Amino acid sequence: MADLITNFLTADIRTATPLLLAALGLVFSERAGIVNIGTEGIMLTGALMGCLGSYLTGSAMLGALLAVLSGGIMGLIFAYFTVTLRSNQIVVGTAFNIFATGFTVTVNRLALNGAKVKGFPVYQIPVLSKIPVIGKVFFRWSLPVYFAFLIVPVCWFVLQKTNIGLKIRAVGEHPKACDTVGINVFAIRYGTIIFSGLLAGLAGSFVSMGQLSAFTEGMVAGKGFMALAVCVFGNYYPTTVMGAALLFGAADALKYRLLTTSLAGQYQFLNMLPYAITIIALCAFAKKSNKPVCSGVPYRKE
Amino acid sequence: MQNKGRKQLEGILFPVLSIIVALVLGAVIMAVMGYNVSNAYLSLLKGAFGNKNSVGETLIQATPLIFTALSYAIALRCGLVNLGAEGQLYIGGICGAIVGAHLTGIPGPIHIILVLASGFLGGALWGLIVGILKVKFNASELITTIMLNYIALELVSYCVTNAPFKDMTPGAAPRMAAVADSVKLPIIMSQSRLHLGFLFALIGIVFYYIFMWRTTKGYEMRVIGQNPNAGRYSGMNIKTNGILSIFIAGGFAGLGGIINIIGVNYYLAEGFGGNYGFSGIAVALLGSCTPIGILISSILFGALNAGGIKMQLLAGVPSAAIYMIQGMIIIFAVSKELFLWFRKCAPKSKEKKEVKADG
Repeated sequence: MADLITNFLTADIRTATPLLLAALGLVFSERAGIVNIGTEGIMLTGALMGCLGSYLTGSAMLGALLAVLSGGIMGLIFAYFTVTLRSNQIVVGTAFNIFATGFTVTVNRLALNGAKVKGFPVYQIPVLSKIPVIGKVFFRWSLPVYFAFLIVPVCWFVLQKTNIGLKIRAVGEHPKACDTVGINVFAIRYGTIIFSGLLAGLAGSFVSMGQLSAFTEGMVAGKGFMALAVCVFGNYYPTTVMGAALLFGAADALKYRLLTTSLAGQYQFLNMLPYAITIIALCAFAKKSNKPVCSGVPYRKE
Repeated sequence: MQNKGRKQLEGILFPVLSIIVALVLGAVIMAVMGYNVSNAYLSLLKGAFGNKNSVGETLIQATPLIFTALSYAIALRCGLVNLGAEGQLYIGGICGAIVGAHLTGIPGPIHIILVLASGFLGGALWGLIVGILKVKFNASELITTIMLNYIALELVSYCVTNAPFKDMTPGAAPRMAAVADSVKLPIIMSQSRLHLGFLFALIGIVFYYIFMWRTTKGYEMRVIGQNPNAGRYSGMNIKTNGILSIFIAGGFAGLGGIINIIGVNYYLAEGFGGNYGFSGIAVALLGSCTPIGILISSILFGALNAGGIKMQLLAGVPSAAIYMIQGMIIIFAVSKELFLWFRKCAPKSKEKKEVKADG
């Protein structure tokens, strides 16, 4: 029984980590009024770049750095098109995803071909990791996992308790008023988009190097969109977003659990679980949403 | 009048510019990766328009793209963003393939109509789910459509590997049973595989024009899409119009799926949907969601798809590389302001007015 719980919770946290990382970034850009469905493409690129970096340097951390950088650059490009040029955010996001599909396949066939690379090393926290069940579930992880959960309170503090957080939230609600009182709407939006790009890049690198340590084409498989759903479901608060990510992770862990039972013959229906739960969660919580008023609306400085 | 002419000119100029910029940037990326760019583009061109057969292949590729582009356009005209053409196309394909393979003893033409109808209905119902979730629960269609795409993908995977849907022929690859001979669409151009489905796609475009610009329902949808409040105040039902538009949109994507099956391979295998769903969005946007624009850009994207296969064969560039170009075409096609930036000579006030007229 203890084994069952340990395995379930471990699988939960493993799946939740990339969702949480990407969704925490999205909380900031969404609060500033940006809808970035290109997150899927940024994560896919991050997954590839992480492996590529690890393959070339032999270090997973340098790979992750490359993934984070590529995410940041894609964020910058996204910001240029959607904030400066005021192009439709949904369309640019879709284009990002299509581009990333082509880009990752091309680079993978050229340089990696799905080669096995060094994945993130696991760090066991001394003493704590020896506690039965709890030790294995919480204190035997690679750095991105610790990082994802430790920045939750930091994100919460920045967003809810600091001046810059207030500005971010205000920009999503009423950009014109912000502009009038001297808040630089463009800078806030650029900053949050790049930040969410950095985190999405890291999230992508965890998808490819967290467990399998190899890039396969299309491996992000909707996790970027799910992160967006996690952000909506978590009502745009870092703390509740963490809960949402863990819930989505649980759906995935349940899927793997059921795959070992007699239901495995119809594994396709089990694969649908996380997607179906995303839809249900969205329906259950969309009505009392904390969604910013000016979500998705470009700001035009008069 | 002069203004209208100028707007029309820009309607052609900006898409052409975005294609050129995307092709140039694509060339730069391929060159950086170490590919022979001129060889790649030449084989792409050869694969798309080199001879009668390749023209046929281009139009075959354009056929489902027209349907998915119409799907996106119909929903968008009513203010909904349908990112679910991919899934609707899959479900339409599954439904049509079942009727095409397992219903027997019906005269050919009627069977074809039944297959098309079930393809339409399958896609339409898949779209209807999105509409109902949106109206009932206010669930954003951006996410529901995409989640339904993945669910549809799993359904395809189930149907090609499980009885009673899969091909029962011993030793057959995982795929659904082949459709009856009576529903296979005839070839309409000699020395090519071009099938009757392309004409169906053209009829689809005409239907789109007539429905959107010549009927009351179409008018209502366009009003709601442009200004929901104006629609509401003049007594139009936003919810039913939205649901109807996503129903028809899903149906069109479903038609694209089943027509591609009964026109090309005659059976449904995994991956038969290519990337038609998302490429269709690009086609619709590049063509500004107008009937003529969709036709022209579908042929362009069909050419990219057909040429991409040749490019992989002859120049060794993965055919997926064309998705990079497609992605960039979309970005530039919706970023007019980028090109306006470079036209610094235009007086500023004029530029502002023009942008407002567009918005």
